[in-house]
Amino acid sequence: MTVGKRKIFNSFFQGLCRSMAFLAMAVLIVILVKVVTNGVGVINLSFLFKAPREGMTEGGIFPAIFGTVCITMLMIVLAIPVGVSAAIYLTEYAGKNFLGRIIRASINNLAGVPSIVFGLFGVGFFVLFIGRGMDKILGIPLLFGQPAMLWAASTLALLVLPVIIVSTEEALNSVSVSLREAAFALGATKWQVVRNVVLPQARSGILTGAILSISRGAGETAPILFTGCAYFLPRLPVFTIPYVHIPVINPLDQFMELSYHIFIMATQSTNVAATRPIQYGTTLVLIALTFLLNLSAIIFRIYFRKRPR
Amino acid sequence: MKYDLQSSNFRAANMPNSTSPESGLKRFGDKRISDLLVESRQANVNRQRVQEFIIEKLLFAGGMAAILFIALIFIFLFKEGAKALFLIKPIEFIGTHILDFDNNRVFACMWQPVGESGKYSIVPLLIGSFLVALPATVISTILGGGCGIYLAEIASAKVREIVKPAIELLAGIPTVVIGFLCLTLLATYVQNAFHTTFRLNAFVGAIGVSLVIIPVIASITDDALRAVPNELREASYGLGATRWETIWKVVVPAGISGVTASIILGMGRALGETMIVVMATGNAALVTGNIFSSVRTMTATIAAELGAVPQGGPQYCALFLVGAILFFITFVLNLVAEMIINRMRKKLRL
Repeated sequence: MTVGKRKIFNSFFQGLCRSMAFLAMAVLIVILVKVVTNGVGVINLSFLFKAPREGMTEGGIFPAIFGTVCITMLMIVLAIPVGVSAAIYLTEYAGKNFLGRIIRASINNLAGVPSIVFGLFGVGFFVLFIGRGMDKILGIPLLFGQPAMLWAASTLALLVLPVIIVSTEEALNSVSVSLREAAFALGATKWQVVRNVVLPQARSGILTGAILSISRGAGETAPILFTGCAYFLPRLPVFTIPYVHIPVINPLDQFMELSYHIFIMATQSTNVAATRPIQYGTTLVLIALTFLLNLSAIIFRIYFRKRPR
Repeated sequence: MKYDLQSSNFRAANMPNSTSPESGLKRFGDKRISDLLVESRQANVNRQRVQEFIIEKLLFAGGMAAILFIALIFIFLFKEGAKALFLIKPIEFIGTHILDFDNNRVFACMWQPVGESGKYSIVPLLIGSFLVALPATVISTILGGGCGIYLAEIASAKVREIVKPAIELLAGIPTVVIGFLCLTLLATYVQNAFHTTFRLNAFVGAIGVSLVIIPVIASITDDALRAVPNELREASYGLGATRWETIWKVVVPAGISGVTASIILGMGRALGETMIVVMATGNAALVTGNIFSSVRTMTATIAAELGAVPQGGPQYCALFLVGAILFFITFVLNLVAEMIINRMRKKLRL
């Protein structure tokens, strides 16, 4: 091969790789632009804060937004304790022993389980096994053993568990060993070191993981299809505590959710074409939610990486 | 003695509930304060040991949860799936004899679970899944691999700071949004470009799914190539190779196991992708090799049918069996990818 040919090859293939990377960015931009331009028309206050009317062809999507917020909150409350303690165990206690390797392997596999399989598992385990089992033990008619927010949130928590564990582990590993050794030298026990030295240092990393998993959970549809989602509910999944009149989220109720709303509206509603603007509007809300969460996680990470320790 | 008191002072500052340091100077009853301090310190140490033990066990339980849930997924999917093998003859999962239009008995592979004699052949579903996943893997191997090479080897640090987050943001777009855009926009473009019979087909789904796995392949390829030691590049440049020759003949072969693992993981993701395929592939369970035909994947079948079937019936169990097969395939793919990555790690450390 002549030198000239090699030079042409060199610049051509480098350019090819560069164009592929920019194609990926262009796709991202096209998606955002398409959703924004098609969806921004229907966005107004009543769209965001009113319930749907007229067989879903008019009105807003407030119940879906509310349901999404509720379920992601419940999910993160369930997932954080398990995920963070698993990560602490892996980095601080288990090390590289056999059990640690097995736990890591199962986390990797959990991350690779298809989301619809989580949905199946949610039905089989949470709704039918645990829910029905609780009904049977308590001797009450059907209460726990049906699709509900609690089971959907549990399924989602399982889905985001690997995200939380991996990002927490990274955060814990980035805390320098000399800090730990200094604390041990002062006579602190292992848990005192973890609690007072390692965890405060890793706080931002754990928070980043939590934000990422919230955005992941808010965007997932398949795991909640059969575990608690509803297309239309006449009221919000809340109940009022008697006497004091404080409304609280009812985790045993079904709920509406943004991504499920998009899915059903776009594929199975009675008049798909007429509700197109609402579908785009809902998509815009969902994408704005997840996009902002992801962006803040990324900025967070860059900021804390640059911060001098 | 002085030393002992001092060390008690030191512990007191660290620990709640320990005797305050001032009291160490006085006498208390007929015992000397320092003896009391030693006793209370012993009690503290014992309490702390118990506390440490309990906390370690709690953290251990958190770690075991991952193993527990993987095991539970296995058990519950295969338990329900195994019931299908009792309700339906195993041969029917491949195909059944049906009468064609000329009243001849032919062996056909059909997924038609509704009706008196449901047909539960998983062959069209497997074909559908691979007809979407294979093209998606090919597309995203090329594009994601290119992105990974660009990020690791070509891009300057500044450009990398922008491109890498952008690719992560692409990964963060909910799949239902991608499915929705495939359904409304991409399907029309594809139909106009290729004049396909079906508006929603495997190719539309494959493009959609590839958007999800491009970031996966790109970021793992990036990691794998960046792990290649710099000496190799320097040696290559020293021999007079151009940058591309260095990338293609030295760096990529050195990091090939990571690249392979990324492709395998990407394929696992493609097979498991649900919302995009259920919205964009048309959901017709056909036995076909045509990429522009409507297909029905395993994931889409579960998503579309499970909500409407009675529990414990043959269709319900058959859907769990489909899920179990899907889980098994992705499990094996993940395991293989992980083995490759582990081997790479060991090799690079040496």
